[in-house]
Amino acid sequence: MKLSNKLIPVASGIALAVSAFGVQAADSITVVSWGGAYTKSQVEAYHKPWIAATGNQIKSEDYNGGIAEIKAQVEAGNVSWDVVDVELSDAIRACDEGLLEEMDHSSLPAAPDGTPATDDFLPGTLYDCAVASIVWSTIFAYDKAKMAEGPATIADFFDTAKFPGKRGLRKNPKANLEMALMADGVPAGDVYEVLGTDEGVDRAFAKLDSIKDEVVWWEAGAQPPQLLADGEVAITTAYNGRIFNAVAGEDREFEIVWDGQVYDLDLWVVPKGTPNKEAAMDFVAFSTATEQLAAQASYISYGPARVSSGPLVGKFHNKDIDMAPQMPTAEANLTNALQNDFEFWADNQDQLSERFNAWLAK
Amino acid sequence: MATAAHDLTSNPSAPLIADDGVPLKQKLARTTRRQRIRAFMLTVPLLAFLVITFVFPIGKMLVRSVNNPTVANVLPNFATAIQSWDETSSDYPDEAVFEAFVTDMQAARKVREIGKTVANVGVRVNYEIPGTGSLFKSASRKLAKVEEGPYKEVVLDLHKKWNNPLLWQTLKRVSNENTATFYVAALDRTYDIDGNVVAKKEELQIYVNIFWRTLWLSALITGICLVLAYPVSYLLSVLPLKTSNLLMIMVLLPFWTSLLVRTTAWIAILQSNGIINNILVWANVIGDDSRPQMIYNQTGTIIAMVHILLPFMVLPLFSVMKTIPPSYMRAARSMGGSWAYSFRRIYLPQTLPGVAAGTLLVFILAIGYYITPALVGGQDGLLISNLIAFHVRSSGNWSLAAALGTLLLVVILVLYWLYNKFIGVDNLKFG
Repeated sequence: MKLSNKLIPVASGIALAVSAFGVQAADSITVVSWGGAYTKSQVEAYHKPWIAATGNQIKSEDYNGGIAEIKAQVEAGNVSWDVVDVELSDAIRACDEGLLEEMDHSSLPAAPDGTPATDDFLPGTLYDCAVASIVWSTIFAYDKAKMAEGPATIADFFDTAKFPGKRGLRKNPKANLEMALMADGVPAGDVYEVLGTDEGVDRAFAKLDSIKDEVVWWEAGAQPPQLLADGEVAITTAYNGRIFNAVAGEDREFEIVWDGQVYDLDLWVVPKGTPNKEAAMDFVAFSTATEQLAAQASYISYGPARVSSGPLVGKFHNKDIDMAPQMPTAEANLTNALQNDFEFWADNQDQLSERFNAWLAK
Repeated sequence: MATAAHDLTSNPSAPLIADDGVPLKQKLARTTRRQRIRAFMLTVPLLAFLVITFVFPIGKMLVRSVNNPTVANVLPNFATAIQSWDETSSDYPDEAVFEAFVTDMQAARKVREIGKTVANVGVRVNYEIPGTGSLFKSASRKLAKVEEGPYKEVVLDLHKKWNNPLLWQTLKRVSNENTATFYVAALDRTYDIDGNVVAKKEELQIYVNIFWRTLWLSALITGICLVLAYPVSYLLSVLPLKTSNLLMIMVLLPFWTSLLVRTTAWIAILQSNGIINNILVWANVIGDDSRPQMIYNQTGTIIAMVHILLPFMVLPLFSVMKTIPPSYMRAARSMGGSWAYSFRRIYLPQTLPGVAAGTLLVFILAIGYYITPALVGGQDGLLISNLIAFHVRSSGNWSLAAALGTLLLVVILVLYWLYNKFIGVDNLKFG
C-alpha cells in the first residue's frame, strides 16, 4: 500500500513525460521572427488561423536577424527552429551555404482569381529556399510632441545643428551606410556603386562619424519606439511598422520621414533537416496566401509580397486608419527610396561589419 | 601512524601477521586501495562533467581556431594540386591546377550539403580578401559549361578579380586544412603579396585595441573594487555580530539578485532620463540639455561591473580579516607605532592573502565578462568577449571566434603564471 502510494507520483510523472513527448511528436512547430509588434501581427494573421485550420501548435520565438543560429542548429544536426523570418541577403547566403530546405513554389496557394502563385508574387520575391511575405523599410522618425518642426530629409537626420538631440541607429552597418551616403548627396540609384569603392565606404563612415557622439545604438526592432517615447533620442531610424504601431496602437505622435528609406524583404525560410518539415512547409504556404498577407497588413504597415493582396488591404484592425498609404511601397513614400541590394551585402557584410565594429570601438 | 607502527616492531624485517595469516602490510594496502578507489568513484561524476563541459569544448575550440577544411572539402583535387605551385616564381599556378579548379567547381556546383557548397568556399576566401565571396558563386555558374582548356585563360577571364596573384596565394593558403590565418586576423594582421604578415589598414584594426581595453578596464575595475571593498570588509570583521550580519546581508543581497536585473537597474538609474540625471536637473545642479551620458559607454560598463563584482572582493577579504585578532593592532599601537605605521606593518600584510584572492577572482571574472558590457557598454564600453559573441552569433566566423577565445585563454594563463611567480598561489585565501 505504502509502496503503491509512492509510485503514483512516479507513474504519473512518467505518463506526463510520455504525453508531453507525444504532443511534441505531433505537429508543433517553432516559428522564429523579430518580436514585438511584428511578431504580434504574424500571430494574428498567420499563427492563429493556421492553428485553427490544422489543429497544430506553434511556438513563437524572437531573434534579431542573422544566420548564425540557423547555421549552428543545422551543423549540429539539432534543428529546433522550423520556420524563420529572415532578410533577403541572409536568405540567399544561407541557401547558398546549404543551410535551408528548398521551397516548392508550385505548392504555394494560387490567388483567389486563379493566378498561380509564381505569377502573383511580386518580381524578386520567390527564391529557391525562401518565400517573401512582406516588404518592410528602414526609415527614420521623430516625436512630434517634442519636436514640432521636425526633419524632412535624410540630410536633416545627420544635421545636429539644425535638429539637436541624440540619434538612434541600428547597431549594424546595413542601411546606415546607405542612409549616410544619401544624406551626403549621393542619389539613391548610385548608392551601391559608390559604396562598392573604398572612397565611398570612407565617405559613408565620415558622414556617420559626424554624429557618432550623439548616437544611441539599438539592436531589437522594439527598441527605437521605446527610445523615442522615453526621450532617450530625438530622432531615430526604425523599422517603419514599429513606428506606425506605436502611433496607431499607443497613440504616440511619432512622425515617419520616408525620404531616404531603405526597403527590403522579409522571407520565410525552413532550416535544413527540421523534423517538422511537412508542417513547416504547410505553414509557409498557408501564411503566404493572399488573404493572410492582406490580413497581416491590417496589423502592421508592411506591404504584402503578393499582387493580389494589394486590393484587399484595408484599414488598421481596430482603428479608422487606411493602411495603403502607410506602406513602404506606397507611391508617395517612394520619391527618394532605395532597395537593399542583397548581393552587395552578401559580398561585403563581413568586411563592412568588421570595419563598423572597429569604427564603433574607436 | 607509520612511526607508531615502526615503534611497535622491534625487528622491522619480521612482518606483522593478522589473524587470518595475511601480512598486515598487505591487508592495510588492500584497504587503503579500496578506499582510494571508492574516493575516486565519488569524483567520477565531477570528472566526467568537467571533461564533457570543459575539456572537450575547449579542445574543440583550439582545433577550430586553426582547422578549417572548407576549401579542401569542396575542391579536393584543386586543394592538393595548388600546393605544388611556387608562388615566388610565377604569378599564377600552371594549367594543371586550373584544370583541377574547373573540374572541382563543376563537381561542387550541384552540392547542397552543409559546409560543402561553392558558397562556403566564397565565405572562407571572403574572410581573407573581402569582396570575393560572390566571385565563386558566379564562377561556378559560368564554369558549368566549360568543357575544354586552356582552363587558365577561361578562369582568369571570368572577372577581373581573378587576375590577382594575391587571390591565388590566398587560395593556396586556405587550401590547407590547418592554417594560422585566423590568428593572423585576430591580431589585426593580414598577408601581403609577398606572403609576409603585415598590419591591417588602420580603420580595420580592432581586436588588439579591444584586448588592451579589456585588460585595462578589468584592472581598473579590480582596483576600484579593492578600494571600495577593503574598508567595508574591515568594518564587517570588527563590528559586533548583529550589526555585521545586517551589513553582510546588504553585501550579499545584490549578489543573490539576478545579473540581468542588476544591470537593467543600472540602466534605469543612469540613463539620460534616469533617476540620477532627473534628480540633478531637478536640483538645478545641471541644465536640462546638458545631462551627462553615464550609460552606454565605458562609464556605464565600469559602474555596473564594479557593482556586480564587488561581493567577489568583499567575501575573501572579510574571511581573511575575520581571522586577524584585533589584539595585534593594539599591541603594535601600544609599542608606540602610529596608526598608519601599525596598519602598514601589522594589519595590511596579514590581509594580503585575501587581497590576492579577491583581485585574482575579480580580474579574471572581469576579463571574460559578457552580458553587462553588451547591455550597457554602448560603443566604447565593449570588451573582447562581446566581439567573440559577435562572431559566434552574428557573423558566423566561428574559427575567428575560436582564435580570439584561445588568445583570451592564453592571456589569462600568462597573467596567472605571472601572478603565481610574484605573489604565489599558495598565498591565496578564498575563505
